[in-house]
Amino acid sequence: MSDDRLANPDAFLDSLAADLRPTPRSALRRRLLAGLGIGMVIAAVLMIPWLGLRADLAGAVSGPIFWVKFGYTLVSAVAGYIAVNRLARPGGHDRRAVAIAALALLIAGAAGLVQWFGAPPEAQRALVLGGSALVCPLYIVALSLPVFTATILVMRRLAPTRLTQAGAAAGLLAGSAGALVYSLHCGENGLPFLALWYTTGIALVTALGALTGRWLLRW
Amino acid sequence: MGQVPEIEPELRRLMLAGLGGDAVAYRQLLADLNPRLRRYFVRRLTGALAAEASDLVQDTLIAIHTKRLTYDPTQRFTVWVFAIARYKFIDLCRRHRLRVTIPLDEELALFAVNAEPGITARIDVADLLDTIPQKPRELIRQTRIEGATIAEAAASLGMSETAAKVSIHRGLKALAARISGAGHE
Repeated sequence: MSDDRLANPDAFLDSLAADLRPTPRSALRRRLLAGLGIGMVIAAVLMIPWLGLRADLAGAVSGPIFWVKFGYTLVSAVAGYIAVNRLARPGGHDRRAVAIAALALLIAGAAGLVQWFGAPPEAQRALVLGGSALVCPLYIVALSLPVFTATILVMRRLAPTRLTQAGAAAGLLAGSAGALVYSLHCGENGLPFLALWYTTGIALVTALGALTGRWLLRW
Repeated sequence: MGQVPEIEPELRRLMLAGLGGDAVAYRQLLADLNPRLRRYFVRRLTGALAAEASDLVQDTLIAIHTKRLTYDPTQRFTVWVFAIARYKFIDLCRRHRLRVTIPLDEELALFAVNAEPGITARIDVADLLDTIPQKPRELIRQTRIEGATIAEAAASLGMSETAAKVSIHRGLKALAARISGAGHE
């Protein structure tokens, strides 16, 4: 045992113990929420001059569709947050998050189908495609990047051990947060549109996280 | 999640005290974990990676320290420590481009009490082997501990079988001398 540190393992343990600071239970949650908050503020600050708030925002908030979009992205973000909170810890995994996200998707999908079947044939196309079907997922991906970056940076300093799942969780959180910010711009009113294109945007960011997690999250 | 190690309540108590800022309890916790981690890694790292065990113990203790906020007090402490140790082990293998199969439920490998005497004996052998030169050490490790044939061990070091036999013989003699020497001190 030639290594200095090994010649004196006690000194090494002493140095760790001397560095000890009280660690409140909320420490991890605070870091994650700080990353999320900063990321969402950046996304909003970028979006307002770039895409702008929807012109009819003041009127939209009094109607149900705005809140359905808000609620769908919020529930999805909560699922992402729960998953991140668990997967940022060694050995952690959580099926609740998957269940919540799946349930939200199921409800949105069912609501979309009900509205689609109930609509006259000439209105169905507009319910699905709206006026922004192709760009919507891409805007969501773009607006999710600040939260994605912030969450990855926070998680790297934590201890995820299932990196692909942890990356997917970060992507779900970021994609949902990005979609939530985007809903302040998006003037679409179709439930099928929401179920299809918002979900596509969130799923793209989740896939991005799953694919890059094993590199980005190594510690 | 398997059987709960006997030591769990004690270590958990020390950890919670440590998180509260109690450096004495925390120091005691690290002192308990240190030899366990060493045993765990020494047993898993053989051949070319044997020398990495000590660094891995340090890395793991540093991770336990700097990432202590990731311990969720509603979960088992031994599971948390084991997950960090296992991650560090897998990460090392990945860096060395080794493919390893790791049994899933090994928490007790780190925290079982009844496994200790056999493991300690193995560490003693490992420490003793470290005192002789690299070639005979590797040959003896492979043939006498890992169960390789002399031909296989010789081939892995690129030497002839005869040379390997001579080297093993000399190495064992040196080891015997060390042991009897140590006995007389």
